[in-house]
Amino acid sequence: MFLLVAGDKKEVKDGLTVRELIESENIENPDYVTVAVNDDFVESETYGTRVLNENDNVEFLYFMGGGSR
Amino acid sequence: MLYLKKSDYQIILNHCRDHLPNEACGLIAGRLKDADKVIEKIYLMTNLDQSHEHFSMDPKEQLAAIKDMRANDYLPLGNFHSHPNTPSRPSEEDKRLAYDPTTDYLILSLMDKNKPVLKAFLIDKAKNITEELITII
Repeated sequence: MFLLVAGDKKEVKDGLTVRELIESENIENPDYVTVAVNDDFVESETYGTRVLNENDNVEFLYFMGGGSR
Repeated sequence: MLYLKKSDYQIILNHCRDHLPNEACGLIAGRLKDADKVIEKIYLMTNLDQSHEHFSMDPKEQLAAIKDMRANDYLPLGNFHSHPNTPSRPSEEDKRLAYDPTTDYLILSLMDKNKPVLKAFLIDKAKNITEELITII
């Protein structure tokens, strides 16, 4: 099946989970990444069970934060 | 070298001043020109922490900004945040949370309210800091 991953069309196996996609995309520091599928944010606890579907639009958003101390 | 339009500098400055005493934040996007980076657009973001010592960007706003960058053929070049009461240099927290060595981290110090100081930094994986010069155009 095909997905749109960070704006790029990619062919992946059927039944791919969000966690498997994170691994196959070699996302660095996955603990600091929020995943959106079709503009809905996915709870990190469900990455392993959330199955992706044909033409899903997936975005990876790195946590951006810091401070002055 | 990082090129920043005077009008965009003013947008950053106003956003940071408007959110005092808290930290303010945003994203920068633009184009590469040889080894230089030209900032074309500033995305003003909400600091979810509402704190004078910390900031966290809103992922929903990040997602909207990324889509806009893609639609306009801009590259994400980095982000900015303010230090209301400390100098323009990455804090230990800034360094710890810096994950991308190609990203420019802009810090606007408002320690002296009449003399804001904006600097840009690159932070490598070993957390070494290199200042990148900003040219206001």
